[in-house]
Amino acid sequence: MFEALSEKIKKSLGSLRAGRQLTAEQVDAALREIRIALLEADVSYKVARDFVERIRQKAEGQEIWKGLKPYEQVVKIVYDELVELMGGASSRLIFTRQIPNVVMIVGLQGSGKTTSTGKIALWLKNNQERNPVVVSTDVYRPAAREQLKIVAEAVKVPFYETDSNEPLEIARNAVRYCQQLGYDTLLIDTAGRLHIDEDLMVELEKIKAETKPIEILFVADAMTGQDAVRSAEEFHRRIGITGVILTKMDGDSRGGAALSIKAVTNQPIKFVGVGEKYDAIEPFYPDRIAQRILGMGDILTLIEEVQTKLDEEEAAKQLEKIRRSQFTLDDFREQMRQFNKLGSMSKIIDLLPEQFFGGIKPKKEDLEKIEYQMKRAAAIIDSMTRQERQNYKIIDASRKNRIAKGSGTTISEVNQLLRQYEKTLQMMSKMKRSGLLGQLTDKFMGRFGGGLPHAFPFESEDNQEDSKSFAKKLKKKKRHKKKR
Amino acid sequence: MVFWRRKRQDSFSTSVLGLDKTIEELKAEEEKIEKEFSFRFARAIEKTRVSISEKLDSIFAGSKKIDETLLEELEEILISSDLGVSTTTHILESIRMKLSRGQINDLQALKTAIKEEIVHILQEASLSGVSNEESFDPKVKPYVIMVVGVNGVGKTTTIGKLAHRIKSEGNQVLICAADTFRAAANDQLKVWAERAGVSLIQQKQGTDPAAVLFDAIKSAKARNIDVLIVDTAGRLHNKSNLMAELEKMKRVAAREVEGAPHETLLVIDAVTGQNGLEQARKFLKTSNVTGIVLTKLDGTAKGGIAVSIAKELSLPIRYVGIGEKIDDLVIFDPYKYAENLFA
Repeated sequence: MFEALSEKIKKSLGSLRAGRQLTAEQVDAALREIRIALLEADVSYKVARDFVERIRQKAEGQEIWKGLKPYEQVVKIVYDELVELMGGASSRLIFTRQIPNVVMIVGLQGSGKTTSTGKIALWLKNNQERNPVVVSTDVYRPAAREQLKIVAEAVKVPFYETDSNEPLEIARNAVRYCQQLGYDTLLIDTAGRLHIDEDLMVELEKIKAETKPIEILFVADAMTGQDAVRSAEEFHRRIGITGVILTKMDGDSRGGAALSIKAVTNQPIKFVGVGEKYDAIEPFYPDRIAQRILGMGDILTLIEEVQTKLDEEEAAKQLEKIRRSQFTLDDFREQMRQFNKLGSMSKIIDLLPEQFFGGIKPKKEDLEKIEYQMKRAAAIIDSMTRQERQNYKIIDASRKNRIAKGSGTTISEVNQLLRQYEKTLQMMSKMKRSGLLGQLTDKFMGRFGGGLPHAFPFESEDNQEDSKSFAKKLKKKKRHKKKR
Repeated sequence: MVFWRRKRQDSFSTSVLGLDKTIEELKAEEEKIEKEFSFRFARAIEKTRVSISEKLDSIFAGSKKIDETLLEELEEILISSDLGVSTTTHILESIRMKLSRGQINDLQALKTAIKEEIVHILQEASLSGVSNEESFDPKVKPYVIMVVGVNGVGKTTTIGKLAHRIKSEGNQVLICAADTFRAAANDQLKVWAERAGVSLIQQKQGTDPAAVLFDAIKSAKARNIDVLIVDTAGRLHNKSNLMAELEKMKRVAAREVEGAPHETLLVIDAVTGQNGLEQARKFLKTSNVTGIVLTKLDGTAKGGIAVSIAKELSLPIRYVGIGEKIDDLVIFDPYKYAENLFA
C-alpha cells in the first residue's frame, strides 16, 4: 500500500519536475495526490481538506525562492505546513511545587493507557527526577488494576492499592497517600470506554475537580482512523486535555491521527510510544512525524535537497523557526540538569584531555565558580513561568524583577542568563548550518532528547570571542580566498 | 439465526427428536432471538445512521438534484467512515456510472445504490469459500478457533463473548490463555471465562504460548471438548518474531488436531484506520486468517475499514461486537450493516 502510494506521489511530483514554470493544473494535480496521501494516512477528511486549501493559497501567493525549481517549492510548502501544524510546543511536562502533581491519563479502550502510564512513570523517574506513584481508577475492566500493578512492579514505581471500588474515592485517597509519604507526582490511569459514554465523562470530570491535575494526557492509538478527531474533540471538550500520547507508533501506520488531533484540539503531542518495552517512549518531534506522514524516503531526500538550496536568509528564517520551537529555556534547564547528573564539574574535566581546553586546564576555583553560577542559573529558570520559559522574548523589565526576586538573584544576573541563552541559540543554528557537525548534533539531540550542553550557561565574556563576529570573520576569509 | 451452527451431537439429537419443543416453537424462538439481536445491532449503529442520513437529506433539499456537491459530501461520508480512498473511489465510480445512465434520479435511489454496492462487496467476500464451523467433519474434536489481532482491539473480550454464545447453544467450550506476554492478561481472561462458565487452561506469564496451546489441546481431548478457543498475545503485525510465534502455534495445533486451527479470527477495532488493511494482509499471510471480528461498533466509529478488508482481501466479517455485556457479540449481517449506514 505504501509503495503504491509513494509511487503515485513521486509520479505526480515528477510531472511537476519537467516544467520550468508551475501551472495551476500541475499544482492542482499534485495537491490532489497529497490529499489522497493524507487520507490514506488517516488524517481526518476535514483537516486534510483545510490543509490542502492552505497549501494552495500559499503556493499561489508565493514569493519565488531563488534557486528552487517550482516543484521543489510545492514540496517545501507542504513539508513546512506539516511541521508547522504539528510543532510549536515543548514536549516536556511542566511541574509545579504542589504535592503531588497529578497527571491524568485518559483515552479510549485499548489505546494503551495502562502501558503508557507505566512508561511515563519510568520516564519521569529517569529523566525528570520525579518520584511518581501510579494508581488505577479503572474499576470496570476485568483485571485492569492488576495489569497496572504488574506494570508498576516492572518499572519499580509504587502502585497505590486500595479495597475501594469507587473511582473518585480511589483518586482522593491516592492523592492523600502521596501527600503523607511525600511523593511528588501521581499518575492516574483512568477507565477507558467509548467517548460517547456519558457516565465515564462525568466520572473523569469529577476526578479532575477532585485532584486538580496539572496535566491531562489523552492517549491515542496511532492506528486510529477518522474517529480520532471525534474522540479527541469530545475528551477535550469535556475535560480539557493538555497533551497527547501517541501509542503504537512502532507499527507501520503513518499516524495521520496525530495531525488531526493536533488540529482539532490545538494541544501538543507530548510523547510517542514506540515499542512494548517500558522504556520505549520518546518525546515528540514534529518534523519526524511530518516525514512519516508524507511517508517516503524519496520525498525526504527531495526536501533535504531543497533545504540546502535555500539562500542563506531563508535558511536563517527556517532555523529561527526550528530553534524557537525546539530549544526553549526548558530545554536549556534540562541540559543543565543532565550535565549535573554526570557529577561534579571538576571530576568531568579531570577526565578530559588537556587539548580539549587548548592546553590549559581550568583551575579548580574557576570551576567552582561556574558550578555556583550554574546553580543560580537553574534557580532563575525555575522562577520563570511556563510561558516565559517557552518564549523568552516576553520577559520584560517587570518580569525580570519578579524572576530576580523569586530566585534570590539580581536583575543583571537574569539579563546575563538570557543573553547566554540567546547566544546558545545562535551557536546552535550555526552548528546546524555547518554540514557534518550539524547532522551529528541533530542525531545526538534526537536520540537523547537534549544531550549535553552546547555551552556552559555562564562563560566569562571577555575570554570568549563573540561567536557572531567570529563567524563574520570566517566568511570574510572565504571571500578573500575566492577573490584570489 | 443460530449463532453456532455446529451442534454437539448428543444434544443435537434430543432437540431433533422434539422432546421438548415443536419445530414451530423452535422457529419462533429463533426468530425472537434474531429480532432482539437485530434490534440491538441497529441501535448500536443508529447514532451513525441518523447523522449521515440527515446530512444527505439536507444537502439534497438544498439543490434538489444530485450534483458534485452532493457527491463530494458522499465522498466525505464514506472516507469519514474509514472506508478508505480506494473503496470510496470504487463505490463512487459505480454511482457516477449509474448516474450517467440515468439509473439514479433521486436521493432515495442514490442511497439504495450505495447500500447495494456495499452489500455486494461484503457478500462477495463471504461467498469466497472461507471455512466456518460447518465446513469440517463434526467428528473432529476439538474445533480450534484461534483469535489474533494487534494490541488493544478487544481480543480477550471477544473470546469471552464467543465462549458464552457457543456454550449457551449446548457445546463444551474450553479457553486456552496463550497470551503469556501482557501483564494480567490471564486475570482478565479468567474473569471472562468465569462469566461464561467455561474452563480455562493457563500458565504463568512468559511461558511459550505454543506449549500452553499444546496443553490445552491435550486437556480438550481428555475432557471431550467440542470447541477450543485460543487467545493470543496482541502483537503489532510488523513484528516478525511475534508473527513467527503465531506460526509455531499453528503448527502445534495442526499436529495435534486434524485441520486445526479450523478457524482463525482476526479482531479489528472499529476505530482502526487504513492501517487495518495492512494488519489484515500480514495476519492473513502468517496465520491464514479466515474471518474478521469487528469490535467496538457501539462507539461512534463506523468500522468502514472492514468493508475495505472484505473488498481487498476477500475476508468475510463473521461477528460484530456491539457492547460490553457478555452476549453483545452478534453474527455480522452485511445487509443490516449497509442498511443501517444508509437507511
